[in-house]
Amino acid sequence: MEPTDIGQSDYFHKVVDCQWACPAHTPVPEYIRLIADGRYDDAYMINWKSNVFPGILGRTCDRPCEPACRRGRVEDEPVAICRLKRVAADNKGDIAHRLPTAPAAKNGKRVACIGAGPASLTVARDLAPLGYHVTVYDGDAKGGGMIRSQIPRFRLPEEVIDEEVGYITGLGLEMRLGERIDSLKALLEEGYDAVFVGSGAPRGRDLEIPGRQEAAANIHIGIDWLSNVSFEHVDRIGRRVIVLGGGNTAMDCCRTSRRLGGEDVKVIVRSGFEEMKASAWEKEDAMHEGIPILNFLVPKAFTHEGGRLTGVTFEEVAPVIDDRGRRTLVPTGNPDQHFECDDVLLAIGQENSFPWIEREIGMEFDRWGMPVVDAATFQSTLPGVFFGGDAAFGPKNIIWAVAHGHDAAVSIDLYCRGEDVRQRPAPGVTLASQKMGIHEWSYDNDVSNDLRFKVPLRDREVALKNVKVEVELGFDRELGFAEAQRCLNCDVQTVFAPPACIECDACVDICPVDCITFTDNGEESELRSRLTAPAKTLSQALYVSPELKTRRVMVKDEDVCLHCGLCAERCPTGAWDMQKFRLDMTLAGSSCQSR
Amino acid sequence: MTFLAKPKLHHPGLPTNALGFNRRDYEGAISTLCAGCGHDSISAGIIQACFELDLPPHRIAKLSGIGCSSKTPAYFLGSSHGFNSVHGRMPSVLTGANLANRDLIYLGVSGDGDSASIGFGQFAHSIRRSVNMTYVVENNGVYGLTKGQFSATSDKGSKSKKGVANTDQAIDLVSVALQLGASFVARSFSGDKHQLIPILKAALTHQGSAFIDVISPCVAFNNHPGSTKSFDYVRAHNEAVNSLDLILERDEIVADYQPGTVELVTQHDGSVLKLRKLAEHYDPSDRLSAMTYLQQRQAAGEIVTGVLYVDPEAGDLHEHLDTTATPLNQLGDAALVPGAAALAAINASLR
Ligand SMILES: Cc1cc2nc3c(=O)[nH]c(=O)nc-3n(C[C@H](O)[C@H](O)[C@H](O)COP(=O)(O)OP(=O)(O)OC[C@H]3O[C@@H](n4cnc5c(N)ncnc54)[C@H](O)[C@@H]3O)c2cc1C
Ligand SMILES: Cc1ncc(C[n+]2csc(CCOP(=O)(O)OP(=O)(O)O)c2C)c(N)n1
Ligand code: SF4
Ligand code: SF4
Ligand code: SF4
Ligand SMILES: [Mg+2]
Repeated sequence: MEPTDIGQSDYFHKVVDCQWACPAHTPVPEYIRLIADGRYDDAYMINWKSNVFPGILGRTCDRPCEPACRRGRVEDEPVAICRLKRVAADNKGDIAHRLPTAPAAKNGKRVACIGAGPASLTVARDLAPLGYHVTVYDGDAKGGGMIRSQIPRFRLPEEVIDEEVGYITGLGLEMRLGERIDSLKALLEEGYDAVFVGSGAPRGRDLEIPGRQEAAANIHIGIDWLSNVSFEHVDRIGRRVIVLGGGNTAMDCCRTSRRLGGEDVKVIVRSGFEEMKASAWEKEDAMHEGIPILNFLVPKAFTHEGGRLTGVTFEEVAPVIDDRGRRTLVPTGNPDQHFECDDVLLAIGQENSFPWIEREIGMEFDRWGMPVVDAATFQSTLPGVFFGGDAAFGPKNIIWAVAHGHDAAVSIDLYCRGEDVRQRPAPGVTLASQKMGIHEWSYDNDVSNDLRFKVPLRDREVALKNVKVEVELGFDRELGFAEAQRCLNCDVQTVFAPPACIECDACVDICPVDCITFTDNGEESELRSRLTAPAKTLSQALYVSPELKTRRVMVKDEDVCLHCGLCAERCPTGAWDMQKFRLDMTLAGSSCQSR
Repeated sequence: MTFLAKPKLHHPGLPTNALGFNRRDYEGAISTLCAGCGHDSISAGIIQACFELDLPPHRIAKLSGIGCSSKTPAYFLGSSHGFNSVHGRMPSVLTGANLANRDLIYLGVSGDGDSASIGFGQFAHSIRRSVNMTYVVENNGVYGLTKGQFSATSDKGSKSKKGVANTDQAIDLVSVALQLGASFVARSFSGDKHQLIPILKAALTHQGSAFIDVISPCVAFNNHPGSTKSFDYVRAHNEAVNSLDLILERDEIVADYQPGTVELVTQHDGSVLKLRKLAEHYDPSDRLSAMTYLQQRQAAGEIVTGVLYVDPEAGDLHEHLDTTATPLNQLGDAALVPGAAALAAINASLR
């Protein structure tokens, strides 16, 4: 293999698995260390800069970082990264003075954001401090988008939304709430320098099967029903409820029903349990609240009597692998099953809809009715119009909406300055030695043996009584500290200086996870097979040195390195050093240097 | 050295042996030696060898004297028996332990000072008595623990860190062991585990006195230009006579070699040493020519390594003394204390 080019910013970034997996590339280990240190304000601000909604995300994030977390590869479970974010948010002091402010002198550019969800609010947050006049339109009366309208209060209290939405609206935005945009054409005619479409994916899918019309009064589209609950237009549901669908919306529907009078609440899904779209923890939380999940049942008809819903009939299916190796669901032939209920909630998917975008303004749409949007710049085919969040590529989640928002803001800034939106500034990267003394490092390199801690929950009886009572209590400071100590500090990199190495093997011998090998060079797949421990995780890089004195090379498999620094402590010549990698994502207004 | 305990977490793909242990189960406390010390590599080699041989840790006794090298048993086989004797006295303590309990596997670990200076006599007698043991000398040419004085194995002309040359003749422990009748003699290098681990395994399975001289650079006091025990010097002058694969009885022997290039030596316990010749005409079953060869190559400035001599049919001290096959701790009082009448009978027989 060729020697690894560690100067290339992606190399060490990928080693920080959590940060690499986070759509907004939040410097996770950095904030976790600050939490362990009790520096909650600093931990919060690092998050706020990257992901804009630390308190909200610390309760609701889809956490793509956790399945990626290295800790999950050396023991059972990853670090509770998401809930640590909440520890920072819960324990911080007043950080208002650390927030940016909008400059008194504006730059003369006006940007309109359609929707006040996380995508638009991120665009606004990134642009307002640069002097842009940002106008945010939303049909709803309050900002937050689906964070406010969909996510139930028992998962996310309204004060947290108010606080973090408030930090952004406080930047001097022009908030036009309660104003729905019915015509993009008309809006464009108002002469904005750029428009950002962050209108989400607001339409819940319906289920047209027999009985749908007749029993309509007790069949509800899940997301419409949830927003009615959030805005307090609905506060009751029948005693027996069936939720159709297997995603996170279904989980929120069933758990909300349990709090609004639903005693016998079931989730019924056409797929198997494993294939359900809902995250493992969402399913766990639902089942914990006494909600059974029934699988492999396809709804066939709503039954009704005298205009009232009486139940749902299902056909039983089973997974079968066809001759092309594809998994399909095939009816088992068993008799149909009927479940009685008073209400049905449909949570079988969400769609985009852009009836308010006139096709004659020249914006290109694909055959699924989605706007054609560039995946890197978020620019539509109408140069001044940008998309992001669920509106860009279909429903995702908050952290993706934020990441889109950051990138779209960079584009809007470049566009408004008359620059090429494709020439994007590179992220800021630093690498600095953490050595403080012979065996002293600026980070705590003693690896904790603790297993993942569970977040304490409110007593179930109390939690089920009120839809606004938050279920999770969050880690307290002690638990937060202990959980933070599980982080392996993957951003503190092992950096190898080949000329210093005397090939004494000390690092090979001490490494607790057999990362390091001195061997003859070879082609990658062959080299992977003959390391101290075969390197089977192909997505994880091999760090290969140039040829050493004995004509061998040093090969380090990054896969399960604990970043414990023992190799560097054992090295007699300082050929290994532990250096902290810091990557600051490009935000709008970053100085321009091409990647 | 390191102050932290080695993290318990290990590689998820770490294999286990026939006893269900993984390699890390054979580790000991964290080493307090200087970073980069060759001795730590030998410890790692011992750990690997015992793991690969499926040795039950509680059936191993590790004994040592005084010195950095003699400290190392604390850093491997944390669940085995251990005895840290006074300086140079490990061989006697080992001999006594072996006589009392012949069922344990004896591993003596010593240094060049411990074995060639203060303990030279002890070393010699344990070898000539054919104690069933593996005797490892971690040879760095200096008294590491007392800050680097020349030891008795330091080559004449080798320079100290301050540049002073050694004027005394060196003791070559391998030659002495050969002369005194060791039935397994090898030399290796801490920086070459590919060679060291099979040799350790062969010695541990050998019945009789197995002696291994492992050159082990002292990074703190003897790893400079002018030293003949530095990483660079040893790498530049290392001449292996053979390379070894140890094939355990359970494994199948695959004939993947050209006739005449490989020698198979079957040991008492059924294991087979598969020796691939590297030096032409070298015959590890001929003690006399081995000694001659060593002298010749040494004179030419080479450090000869590999399995230098092996006698698979050798007996051990117990056989020579015709002792009971049962370890003393398993004999009943009647056998251990036969009484005055039995003693009188023995005395009478000697009159
Ligand atoms: C039930 C449910 C639970 C969820 N739970 C989570 C969770 O726990 N974690 C997570 O990460 N994600 C969750 N999501 C997904 C998440 O809410 C969305 O992915 C995210 O809010 C998308 O952000 P956005 O900014 O693109 O749009 P949205 O948040 O959807 O905001 C769009 C806003 O635009 C407004 N709008 C739309 N059209 C117009 C118009 N023409 N004129 C003016 N205003 C308009 C809407 O009123 C809305 O306020 C959940 C979604 C649902 C449905
Ligand atoms: C009876 C006695 N004499 C002298 C010493 C001092 N002493 C301690 S270690 C040592 C030399 C050890 O040398 P070696 O066996 O080569 O071990 P190394 O430290 O080099 O591995 C000496 C002389 C002692 N501890 N006890
Ligand atoms: S151990 Fe810490 S730094 Fe490493 S991936 Fe997990 S959270 Fe990130
Ligand atoms: S930091 Fe060094 S010693 Fe620790 S796990 Fe990584 S490579 Fe091994
Ligand atoms: S410990 Fe240092 S000098 Fe020794 S092999 Fe490792 S990197 Fe090289
Ligand atoms: Mg010594």
